[in-house]
Amino acid sequence: MTDFAVETHGLTRRFGTLTAVRDLDLAIATGEVFGLLGPNGSGKTTTIRMLCGLLEPSAGTARVAGIDVATEPDRIKERIGYMSQKFGLYEDLTVAENLDFYAGIYGLKNAARRARLDEVIGFLGLDRRFGQLAATLSGGWKRRLALGCALLHRPAVLFLDEPTAGVDPAARRAFWRTIHELARGGTTVLVTTHYMDEAERCDRLAMMSGGHLIALGTPVEVAAQVGGTAGATLEDAFIVLQERDER
Amino acid sequence: MMPRFLPMFRKEFIQMRRDRLTLGIMIGVPVIQLLMFGFAIQTEVRHIPTVVLDESRTPASREIVAAFENTGSFDIVRHVDGRPALDAAIARGDAQAGIVVPNDYPRDLARGRTATVQVVVDASDPLSSQSALAAAGAVGQVRNLQILGAAAGRTVLPLEVRVRPRYNPGLRSPNYIVPGLVGVILTITMVLITAMAIVRERERGTLEQLIVTPIRKTELMLGKIAPYVGVGLVQMSLVLLLGRFVFDVPLTGNVLLLYGVVLLFIVASLAFGLFVSTLVRTQQQAMQASFFFVLPNILLSGFMFPRAAMPLVFQWLGLALPLTHFLKVLRGILLKGTGVAALWQEILILAGFAVVLITLSVRRFRKTLD
Repeated sequence: MTDFAVETHGLTRRFGTLTAVRDLDLAIATGEVFGLLGPNGSGKTTTIRMLCGLLEPSAGTARVAGIDVATEPDRIKERIGYMSQKFGLYEDLTVAENLDFYAGIYGLKNAARRARLDEVIGFLGLDRRFGQLAATLSGGWKRRLALGCALLHRPAVLFLDEPTAGVDPAARRAFWRTIHELARGGTTVLVTTHYMDEAERCDRLAMMSGGHLIALGTPVEVAAQVGGTAGATLEDAFIVLQERDER
Repeated sequence: MMPRFLPMFRKEFIQMRRDRLTLGIMIGVPVIQLLMFGFAIQTEVRHIPTVVLDESRTPASREIVAAFENTGSFDIVRHVDGRPALDAAIARGDAQAGIVVPNDYPRDLARGRTATVQVVVDASDPLSSQSALAAAGAVGQVRNLQILGAAAGRTVLPLEVRVRPRYNPGLRSPNYIVPGLVGVILTITMVLITAMAIVRERERGTLEQLIVTPIRKTELMLGKIAPYVGVGLVQMSLVLLLGRFVFDVPLTGNVLLLYGVVLLFIVASLAFGLFVSTLVRTQQQAMQASFFFVLPNILLSGFMFPRAAMPLVFQWLGLALPLTHFLKVLRGILLKGTGVAALWQEILILAGFAVVLITLSVRRFRKTLD
């Protein structure tokens, strides 16, 4: 056992001749808010999907919450929460029905179920949208509902794939407050994003390009590593990356 | 055992209930199909439009033409003047049969020679031409017997073959069609619905969210198809009730046995839908694959075309379809009142289909995205 919530060694995933993720080494501490940055197609989503047991690694190992992803994909699923890029809940069910469904799927029962549902609903303020069909929710509320469903079983590690894409600024800020609150409670959060202001709110960052890691550290460290100069911002770093990829 | 089956079932049930259009189609289509097919499909062809070319125009010729008309098989639509007009009427499709009474018909008849009447039939439609041929042959035989009997001075027939059509004494088409329709409707809707239901979750991205949970493959798949068992039972009850009260199709056998077998068949069909869903990626592909499966079911199962008339290879092929066995059981129970003792083989085969298909689907289904 290690102290790391997520640990990968040489993690690789190929799709035919394309290598989407190459030789990825990561170590994320428990309770950390860890950002995964990079242009589209840099391998962020593939990485997250491997860590969640949705894709089998082609090579390398990955342990999440102390469990090997390749050998025990089913046990991992009890310990993680996952929010995909696209809204993955049922649009023809209400907020309450979606929550209720996932509470059942995560095996919550009786009093504990009621208590946990109330807790999550209160935490995210979902009671205001309780009877509304998920299809009619705004982008921000959809994300909140998805987060709520992913939190019901108190996962040790939470994977958020672009959780704030298409969400208005106020809702984004609220969402990040929630992320930090969860981290304070001991949940490890791995989040991908395109927004530089969000990247700066992470404890540590990994920048990916072309399927592999090119920088790792605190936001200030990553900006300097990629941007080239000491005063470079994350935004500069990101643009340098993007241009390098396009060449 | 399967703690996540119930939440899955409940969710699927709510979604099904909320999708009013699909639900309406699932209930409405069987009713419409039954009414349409029940009234439309008649395997015994009557009232064939017929033209007459009566060259002799005598009481004797009028008598034989009337004999044809009295069978009910021929509807005389027109009298024509010559052979070309008769051929043209059939070629145009104004008539499907033509009766020619030659000029010397009454003379031959009176002199005791073989008199001829010609019946021309449009055989491009085999079913109606067969009926016409059979009816024409019968007219000839009856006339022959009357004439011979009169000549021999006998008024009683020396021989009579008494035919007793069992299980469907009226030889009514609905008795044959309605049980078949139950099977065909169940096959179409059950296979299509399940194949689409799973692929839809994949397409919408809800499957991705679902398979990062600890739900097991069996729980997911069984929970997904279970609500549709109810839909299938409603469909078949509707069709049978309509069959009973609109078309007078009897329900001779044990109702409990009937529902048991239907349940088995529904599960087998749903299982096949599941299997299809593991082979395709999109709803469109699922639809195409389902129809590819449905057509042989209609043609080879004995729903409309007798299996005994098919070449051996196709009879075997038909045995690979659950519907073939289901129809045998269904007609047995409905029309003959047959019990388990005679039908256990088919019942076992249906159960086998269900078990094998579910196992195959669960094995093929992957809780991953690739």
